[in-house]
Amino acid sequence: MISPHRSHPLWFAFLLHRVSGLALALFLPLHFYVLAMALTSPEALDGFLSWTDMTIVKLAEYGLVFLLAAHFFGGLRLLALEFLPWSPRQKTLAAGAVALAFFVSTTFFLSAV
Amino acid sequence: MAAETDKPEKMMDVSVWRGGPDGGAFESFKAPQQESQTILDVVTYIQQNEDPSLAYRFACRVGMCGSCAMMVNGQPRWTCRTHVQKVLKDNKLVIAPLRNLPVIRDLATDMTVFFDKWTAAEASFTPTKTRHDPMAPINPETPERLAASEAIECINCAVCYAACDAVAGNEDYLGPAALNRAWTLVNDVRDGGHESRMDAVSAAGGCHNCHSMGNCAQFCPNELNPTASIAGLKRATVKAALGLRK
Repeated sequence: MISPHRSHPLWFAFLLHRVSGLALALFLPLHFYVLAMALTSPEALDGFLSWTDMTIVKLAEYGLVFLLAAHFFGGLRLLALEFLPWSPRQKTLAAGAVALAFFVSTTFFLSAV
Repeated sequence: MAAETDKPEKMMDVSVWRGGPDGGAFESFKAPQQESQTILDVVTYIQQNEDPSLAYRFACRVGMCGSCAMMVNGQPRWTCRTHVQKVLKDNKLVIAPLRNLPVIRDLATDMTVFFDKWTAAEASFTPTKTRHDPMAPINPETPERLAASEAIECINCAVCYAACDAVAGNEDYLGPAALNRAWTLVNDVRDGGHESRMDAVSAAGGCHNCHSMGNCAQFCPNELNPTASIAGLKRATVKAALGLRK
């Protein structure tokens, strides 16, 4: 349950940025571990990569790419907010970051299936 | 109470937080709905008709003094200018003391820490002239003065401070109001305290604690934007760190 003082677009933008950041921080060690298998045990890597043909894994990748793109574009908004002259259109910019994240991740998903 | 029961008034349920520094609980009251009624009117009704021991704070009743802010249905609001009709939900009001501040009693918070942080942010004017000098001419159209003017109308009500999750997560964070005031002084060409103020607002608990959630700007009753002011301070501290002019 979101507290009433938090129910506005820029707080949700903050939440998305924080959740996507945490999820990517948890994902990256796993990602590097799997990549390292290319050197340590290529057979195990091939076995693991065969999972990526499963629909559920493709959906998970869709979510992952969305989080990555949302964190990337949301992060650009925050950098602009902190280093460029103030723009009053922060809600529009946050919505634009989410829209771009959807565009990028859906494009990725459509070319993956 | 007899006078109220004579008339067929529409009553509403009002939960009011009662207690002190060591804790408390919500107490239920009934209050009549009236036209153009404010939350402060409801609290005053309860204090005058239901329980004279209810503690709360107000002064001007016209949105200038900044003393009557409370949490209303979970959101910080200036109660003297908040109409019941705007915030009544399911015929119910939940009124509590401001978040992020210690409670003295019932709806009255201790705002000492809030004002101490204004001092800690060096949010006070440092004069560069004496009373014997001629008055400094101020051009209201310069970018600096326009930035200061946009942020100057703060009434110190602590609504932004209560709304801020960064304050809730870090009790040392100076908060939106103090930093907003510091930003107005950064843009005041008459002020001479820039360097020490940059140190104050960039230290632990300073402007870099802000996560740009925008709760302060969302709830500021005077429609100021402390998030924008704090972003300005962040830029100013980076410039100061790089040895650039403000």
